[in-house]
Amino acid sequence: MAQEPSAGTSDAAKRRRWLRRYGLAAAGGAIVVAWILIAIFATWLAPYPYAQVDVTKRLLPPSATYWLGTDLLGRDVFSRLLVGARISLIAGIVVVVIGGAVGTLIGGIAAYVGGKAEEWMMRATDLVMCFPPIILAMAIAAALGIGVTNTIFAMLVVWWPKFARLARSLVLVQRNQEYVEAAHVMGYGPARILLRHIAPNAVGPLVVLLTLDVGTAILTFAGLNFLGLGVIPPTPEWGQMVSEGRELVEQWWVATFPGIAILTVVIGFNFLGDGIRDWLDPKSRRR
Amino acid sequence: MLGVTEPHSRWTPSPLVGEGRGGGATKAPKVQMIRYLTIRLVSMAVMIVLSTLIVFLIATQVPADPILAQLGDLQAADAALVASYRARWGLDLPIWQQYLLFLQGLTRGDFGISISTQRPVLDDIRQYAPATIELATVSFILALIISIPLGVFAAVRRDTWIDHVARFVSLIGVSAPTFWLAFIVLAVFYGGLQIAPGPGRLDVTSLSPPKWSGLFLIDSAIAGQWEIFRDAAAHLVLPSVVLAASILGLLTRTVRASMLEALSQDYVRVARAKGMRETAIVVWHALPNALVPVVTLGGIAYAILLTGAVMTETIFSWPGLGRYTFRSAIALDFPGIMGITVIVAIVYLFVNLIVDLSYALIDPRVVQR
Repeated sequence: MAQEPSAGTSDAAKRRRWLRRYGLAAAGGAIVVAWILIAIFATWLAPYPYAQVDVTKRLLPPSATYWLGTDLLGRDVFSRLLVGARISLIAGIVVVVIGGAVGTLIGGIAAYVGGKAEEWMMRATDLVMCFPPIILAMAIAAALGIGVTNTIFAMLVVWWPKFARLARSLVLVQRNQEYVEAAHVMGYGPARILLRHIAPNAVGPLVVLLTLDVGTAILTFAGLNFLGLGVIPPTPEWGQMVSEGRELVEQWWVATFPGIAILTVVIGFNFLGDGIRDWLDPKSRRR
Repeated sequence: MLGVTEPHSRWTPSPLVGEGRGGGATKAPKVQMIRYLTIRLVSMAVMIVLSTLIVFLIATQVPADPILAQLGDLQAADAALVASYRARWGLDLPIWQQYLLFLQGLTRGDFGISISTQRPVLDDIRQYAPATIELATVSFILALIISIPLGVFAAVRRDTWIDHVARFVSLIGVSAPTFWLAFIVLAVFYGGLQIAPGPGRLDVTSLSPPKWSGLFLIDSAIAGQWEIFRDAAAHLVLPSVVLAASILGLLTRTVRASMLEALSQDYVRVARAKGMRETAIVVWHALPNALVPVVTLGGIAYAILLTGAVMTETIFSWPGLGRYTFRSAIALDFPGIMGITVIVAIVYLFVNLIVDLSYALIDPRVVQR
C-alpha cells in the first residue's frame, strides 16, 4: 500500500493515525497491564486486610473510609476487589496457556500426521465439544470437589478443543505450501518442520485467540465461582463476591463493583486481542 | 478475518463427509443429501453413546464416594449396610457392567433420583424445562430482532456512529458477566425505579394458567386469561433482555461481517449497475445471503443461552433448568448434574444436526464438498 503523501502531515494527524492503528490495542494493553500491576501489589495497595471481619461495620455504603463500601461481614469491598484480581488473572491465564498449549499440540500433530491418528484425535475433540463448556466444567468441578485447582482443572478439560480445531486448520493450510515441501527435500525431520517452519507461519491467529480467550476464561471462572464452584472463603474472588451480594438490591455496592472489575478486565483482553488481530492482518481491520 | 472470530466452528461439516470414495460431484444432489444425512445421523448416534460414557466416567471415577455421600456418616459406618447399598446400585460389578446398567437406565428414561429433591431426575427436568424454553425462546427472538437490523446498518453505514454503537453494544454483550448484568437490571428497574416486576415467572398473587405446554404465555392465551398473560409477559422482560444480551454481541458481529462480505459481491454490483435502489439491494439481494452464516450460529447460541440461563435464572428466581442446575451443583447433587449434562449434550447434538442440515439445504455446496 502506498503511503499517504506526507506533505502537510501535522503532528496531530500523525497522532490520529497512530491512534486509529494502535489505539484499540494500546487501550486494551493499558487496562490489562494496570490490572496485572494491581494484582501483584494488591495486598500493599489495599487499605484494609481483605479478610478483616467487623460485623459492626457491615453493609456500609461507599464513603471516604470505605471507598466501595463493606459487605455482609463488614469486610472492605475495595480491598477484596484488589486482592480478587490475583486469582482471576491467574486462573484466566493458566487455563488459556495450558489449555491452548495442549490443544495446539493435539491439533497441530493431528493435522501434520494425518491418517488414523488424526481421525482419532479429532473425534476426541468433537466428543468434548458435544457438551456446552460450562455445563461440563460444572459437572467436573462438582465431581472433583470445591477448590481453585479443581475448578481450573475442570476448565482445562473443556478448554483445549477449540485450540485443537484452530491449530489443525492452520497447519492443514500450511502443510501443502511449497516451503514445507522444500524443507522435506532438505531432509528435515517432522518435529523440526512443525516447530521451526510451520509454527511461525501459523502462530498469528493462535495469538489472537489466546488473548481474546483470557477474557472468556476469566468470565467462565467467575461464573463457576458465582455458582459456588471455586475458591474457598475467605479468599476473595469477583464472581463469588457478586454471588454474595446478589440478594442485596438495596446494598447494590456489594455486587456491582466486583462485576465492574470483571467487565473491565474482559474488555481489556478483548481490545488487546482485536488490536493484535488488526496489527497481524491489516485486511481484517475494516471488518 | 483469519478465522479467529469463530473459534467454535461447530457447524463445519464433519470431516467424515468429505471422505466419500470419489464420484461425489457426479451423483444426483438427492443421493448426496441422503448420504450426507445418513453419515450425520450415524455419527451423531455414536456421539450420543460416547457422551454418556464421558458423563458416566465423571460420575464414577471421582474421589467422592456416591454411597457415602448419600448415606451420611452414621450409616456409612455400618459395613453391611454399605455393602447392600453397593449391591443395590450395582457398584460391586465390573466397571463395564456398571456402564451397561447405566445405559439401560438411560434408555428407560431412568436418570437416577435427585439427592436434593428426592425425585426422579427426569421428572425434575420435565417440570423445569418449560420455564427455560419459554425464557430462551423469547430471548433468542429478542436478540434476532435487535442484532439483524443493527448488524445490517453497521455494515451499510460503516464507520459511522451506528457502526460504533453496534461495536459498543457487542463489546458490552460479550464482556459483561451475565450474572452481574442480571443483578444490575434487577437493582435498577425493580429495586430502584420500580417499573419492572420482581423475580419469578408470575406475581405471588397470580395463579399459574392451566398447564398445557408449560409455557405461560401460550397457556394463558389458550385459556383466555389475559391478566395472567400480561403478568407473565411483564415478568419475562428483564430476564429475557439479560439473556439476549449474552448472544447479542456474537450475532451482531456476525451479521455485520457477513453483510460486508455480501455487499462486496458481484451480484450486488450488477444490481447497482442495473440502477436498483440501494435499499432494495440491501434487503432483497445482500441480506438473504448475509443471513446464511447466521444460521450456523445456532449451536453456539444454544450453548451460550444455556450458560446464561444458569446465571439469569439463579438471580431472577426463574424456576427453570438453569436454576435447577445451579442448585444441583451447589448441593453436589450428582444424579441431578449428570442427568442435566446428558440431556443438554443430547439436545446440543440435535441442535447442531439441525443447524448443519439447514445449512446444507440453504447452501448445497456444503454437501458436495
